[in-house]
Order: sequence, then structure tokens, then C-alpha cells
Amino acid sequence: MIQIENICKSFNTHFVLNQLSLMVNQGETLVIIGKSGSGKSVLLKLIIGLLKPETGSILIEGKNIVKAGFRDLQDMRRNFGFVFQSSALFDSMTVSENINLALRKHFKWPEQKICERTTECLNFVNLEGLQEKLPSELSGGMRKRVGVARAIAGYPQYILFDEPTTGLDPETAENINQLILKLKRELEVTSVVVTHDMHSAFTVGDRIALLHKGKIDIEGEPAVIKKSYHPEIKKFLSGYTLLK
Amino acid sequence: MFAIMEPLFTEIGKYGKLLWWSGISLRDFSTYYDNTIRRMKFIGIQSLPIVLLTGAFMGMVESVQVLYSLQNRAPLYLVGSVVTESIILELGPVLTALILAGRVGASIAAELGTMRVTEQIDALEVMAFNPVAYLVVPVLIAGVIMTPVLTIFADVIGILSGCIISILTVDLSTAEFLKGARRFFVPWDLTYGIIKSAVFGFFIPANAAYVGFFTKGGAEGVGKATTRSVVISSVMILILDYLMAQFLLKAGW
Repeated sequence: MIQIENICKSFNTHFVLNQLSLMVNQGETLVIIGKSGSGKSVLLKLIIGLLKPETGSILIEGKNIVKAGFRDLQDMRRNFGFVFQSSALFDSMTVSENINLALRKHFKWPEQKICERTTECLNFVNLEGLQEKLPSELSGGMRKRVGVARAIAGYPQYILFDEPTTGLDPETAENINQLILKLKRELEVTSVVVTHDMHSAFTVGDRIALLHKGKIDIEGEPAVIKKSYHPEIKKFLSGYTLLK
Repeated sequence: MFAIMEPLFTEIGKYGKLLWWSGISLRDFSTYYDNTIRRMKFIGIQSLPIVLLTGAFMGMVESVQVLYSLQNRAPLYLVGSVVTESIILELGPVLTALILAGRVGASIAAELGTMRVTEQIDALEVMAFNPVAYLVVPVLIAGVIMTPVLTIFADVIGILSGCIISILTVDLSTAEFLKGARRFFVPWDLTYGIIKSAVFGFFIPANAAYVGFFTKGGAEGVGKATTRSVVISSVMILILDYLMAQFLLKAGW
């Protein structure tokens, strides 16, 4: 369980997050929606300790990641997978090297087991046989899926997705949505998905939270959000309805 | 006054923190071992051709200029003294360092800068890697080890080419050149040159890693980081060169 309590984060005196509190329950997929620049990605980076808030606490299974020392922080991060908006694959490494880099570091496994796990992760994201390709040889959707394979390689309990469908064509975006659902179904991971793609939000989300003016303005199940009269939600929904 | 100096103090603070973090990360041996070997090949073996070329021309030019200055004024065998001393004490370490600041420093800054702006360094962090141990420590170790090695190669090829040019240009034998080379040589000169090149070998990758690691602002930011790395390293080489000459050479007096 992830418990975010009263966090404030500012950049150059501009408050991006202001007394924000939020709870992510075990095994659920929480989708955070909000306008561009509303601080969604900042929130993800705070959860995994890439950024530090000025005030507040972020408890991961009761341990405050904000106050964690270097070693504790590394231990806590091993429970996480992170899928970056840009995929952030290591461009000098092959697909398999990207996936097994952390395995080699954190698991003292024999080479054969590392190869098996790499293949297993690639199979999970339907990218069999691409082990020796470089990221530059892959399409945007493939890179995103390699990012997912890399994120799940170390058996994380939590996966954070930063705009997983942004910049992808509808079919590829739908594949990614189905992949997120598959992760929940088969691996029982807890996920936090940051997006402004409402179709994706309604497809993968058990709960949806709106980040607006530095706070969570409204949160609830997709059915509740669909009926909301919150002006920001209505703006998001009007775009979604138009698309549909 | 403080307001004007504040950005400079901030930069120095961040630089110091990165070096401190690098020192602490030395215990994370398994993270940096493989990359250190790779960086040693890049900094050492792959830089060897350009360093040898620079060393050869450095020796040739030096001998021609010294011969020109000595003609009809002093014994010609002194060309061996001047060429050897100037190459070991100054030209070898400094020219090798300047070459490395351009070739290696720019490459490290661009690589780390690109990794920063494409979130690859963040990716390392979320995978519970120590990015400093993985990216910065290898270049510092490789720089400190390989720069003196390259400098020795530059010294040897420089003196050798200086000797050949002296023999070909004027009526001077190899024995006379070597007599001159031995005349004022003391072992401390070589030690000083190696210490100097090791110091340069630390700061060139340190500067590059610093500007690369904290790059902001996309492709333009990477370009600026690369330029800054070369400029900072070149200026630092000149300043450190003077400081070491002033304080370190006195130890040999």
C-alpha cells in the first residue's frame, strides 16, 4: 500500500503539489489524470524517491521513502518498476541487456536463469525474438513494451506508468492498455498510471483521481468519475466523448 | 556581492557533492568494475593514435625551434636537454591533457548529458542502481590510470621524433642528443610529469561527468554541456599546470 500524506513540492517558488494526500490500495490500479504541467509526473517521481517533497510523507508499506537513507531507498526501489513516458531505454544496450541489467546486479543468478527470465519478460509483452535488437531499431510501441518488460523483470510489487499511451497510435495504445490489465490479472501488481488519455484511464483504472491545482480534487471508481460534475472532469470527458 | 557569486558557489557545491558521492561509491565495486574496463579502453587504447600523432609533431616542432634558437650560440647537443626537459615537464602532460579534454571530455559530457535528458539516469536510479558508481566512478578511475600512460607514450614518441629531426636537420649524432638529454635530467622530472598528468586525468572526466550529469534542456542542453566540458577542462588544465609548477616543482629543487 502507498500512502501519500500532505506533500508539498515546489519549483522556483511555484507550488506544483500543495498538501496533497492520496492512498493507493494493494493490488489496485490507480489512474491519476490531470492537465499537462499539473504535476502528475512529479508525483510519480516523488513516490519512487527521484524527487523529495518539502513537507509530507510517502509511506510504502509503512516505510517513509522521503526520510529513507541511500541503502533503504535502494531496497525500497527494488519493489518498484517504472515505465517512463520516453521509455528511457539504455540506447547503447540491446533489448536483452536493458531487461537483465538490474537482474545481473540484484540477483546472483546463473547466466542461464537470467536469459530465461529475460525471454519470459519479452514473451509477456509479446516481443519474442527481439533480444539482440537495439532500442533505435524498434518502433515507439515496441520500446514502450520493452520498458514494461524491463519494469517487471525484478518481480516488483508496484509499477508506476508515466503517460504509457502518449504518442502512440490507437491500436498500439490499446495494446499497452491490455498489457497493464494483464499485469494486474497475472502478476497481481499494484499500479499507478499517470495519463490524460481518458480511454486508457477508464480501461485500466480501478480508481481514478484528478490532480488539479496541486491537490487531488476528486477520486473514485470510473463509474463515479463519469457522472462527476467537476468542471475539469467535464472537460476531459467532453474530449473523450468527442473521440468516441 | 553574494548574490552575484551565489550561482558559482552553488555550482562548486554541486561539483564537490558529486566528487564526494564518487568517493563513497568506490565501495560499490561490482557496479563500476565492468564499466571501468570499458572506459579504460576508450580513454586509453582508442586515444592512443591521436596522442602518438600529437607527441610526434610536438617533438619535431620542439627540436626545430630549439635548434634555431641554439645555432651559433650554444653547443648543439643541448637540443637533447631542452627537448627532453620541455616534453617531460610540460608539453607531454599538457598537450595530452588538452587532446583528452577534447576527445574524451566532450564524449563523456555528451553521453551523460543525453542520458540525463532522456531519463536514462533516472531509469538507473529507479532500478536501484547507484548512477554515480555506474557512470562517474569508471571514468574517474580510467582517467587517472590511463592519462599518465598516454602521457608516457607521448613523451617517448616526442623525444624520439625530436631526436630524429635533430639528427636529420643538423650534424648531430644520437649519442650527442642522448648526452644532452641526460645532462639536466633528474628522476623527479618524470615523477612530476606523471603526477601532473594523473591530476589532469582526474579533472578532465570529473568536469565532463559533472556537466553531463546535471545537464538540463534537451539537445541544446547537451550541446552546451559538451562545450562547457571542453572549456572548463582546458582552462582548468592551464591553471593547474601553473599551480603544480609553482608548488610541486619546488619539491625537486
